[in-house]
Amino acid sequence: MRSLWKLATAALLITMATPALAQGAATATIVVQQPWARATPAGAGTGAVHMTLVNKSGSADRLTGASSDDAPTVQIHEMSVVNGVMRMRQLANGLLIPAGGTVALKPGSYHVMLIGLKKPLTAGQTLPLTLVFEKAGNISVTVPIQAMGAEQDKGGGMGNMEMK
Amino acid sequence: MRTRQFIVTAIAGVAGFAGVALCLALIGSPNGAAPAGGVPSIGGPFALVDDTGAPVTEHTLAGKPYAIYFGYTFCPEVCPTTLFDLSRWIKNLGPAADKLNYVFVTVDPDRDKPASMHAYLSSFDRHIRGYTRTPEQIAKIAKEYRVYYKKIPTSDGGYVMDHSALIYLMGPDDKLVTVIAYQEADASALTKLNNLASLTPSS
Repeated sequence: MRSLWKLATAALLITMATPALAQGAATATIVVQQPWARATPAGAGTGAVHMTLVNKSGSADRLTGASSDDAPTVQIHEMSVVNGVMRMRQLANGLLIPAGGTVALKPGSYHVMLIGLKKPLTAGQTLPLTLVFEKAGNISVTVPIQAMGAEQDKGGGMGNMEMK
Repeated sequence: MRTRQFIVTAIAGVAGFAGVALCLALIGSPNGAAPAGGVPSIGGPFALVDDTGAPVTEHTLAGKPYAIYFGYTFCPEVCPTTLFDLSRWIKNLGPAADKLNYVFVTVDPDRDKPASMHAYLSSFDRHIRGYTRTPEQIAKIAKEYRVYYKKIPTSDGGYVMDHSALIYLMGPDDKLVTVIAYQEADASALTKLNNLASLTPSS
């Protein structure tokens, strides 16, 4: 019973500390940190959303899908550049977030892919996004859109820093 | 039709891997200078249309060095990032920028038509031209430039494309000089582009 209270208090504290957080999920087991997307070129059909997912719970969870009012299709993808070839794969089984673990969705790696954008992603605007987790349920976040060159500098994490 | 396209693509892919492997050896070479005798044969005749709908061939690019990159406009990350980088480098070249041509060839001709490529390229430096045409014509140029590309189906019935992510820098004689890798450092890329611009025959 006491530990339950501890958990509830912890969840409350996390809720207050992190604006982008589980809304509608029973407990705040997954925390979505610093979601961001890059602005897209004119007429681009796709965009990518990045973020850090923190699993505060004692059991593994899985990001299984997502949806947005601004794109009819949203998928979880992994991108890599190996030997000069760019590869893109849809993660059919979703993305595993280990118990107590952190997974970064970042350029050159995992991302939430928006397909069939209704309008280009414009720097300074935001994008509504609902993430679907196997256990944590639906988590809605507002994704700020950064300039096209965001996180361009090799050493830095400009996108992340701006979100703090 | 689709099967044939896959076969064509697969053939281009096998050729492409050999080309890419050779090209990767060039990335690290100092000042972008090609190792003697080690330059793979890349390039060849093509008949495409640019993003204004005008016909273009290898003769359109003749006499000037050029940077050529293969990608597609539905590409969420690598292509916009590469074109964004290239736009920044073109700006940094200053007046020397006009000594080169810059070409973005689609590997997704089913979706990338001249008008949509034109709109897409309006977000980047005005020097960059888009080339497209039929799947067969694209397969031909991709094979000539040893570019690997492949359609990868997604669960919604759509697809994404795997593709080579190198910018080829071609001399005025239509021979490969060197390549720029994805997210190569600005200083290195600019050195290569400046060296390429210096190859422009004075007229």
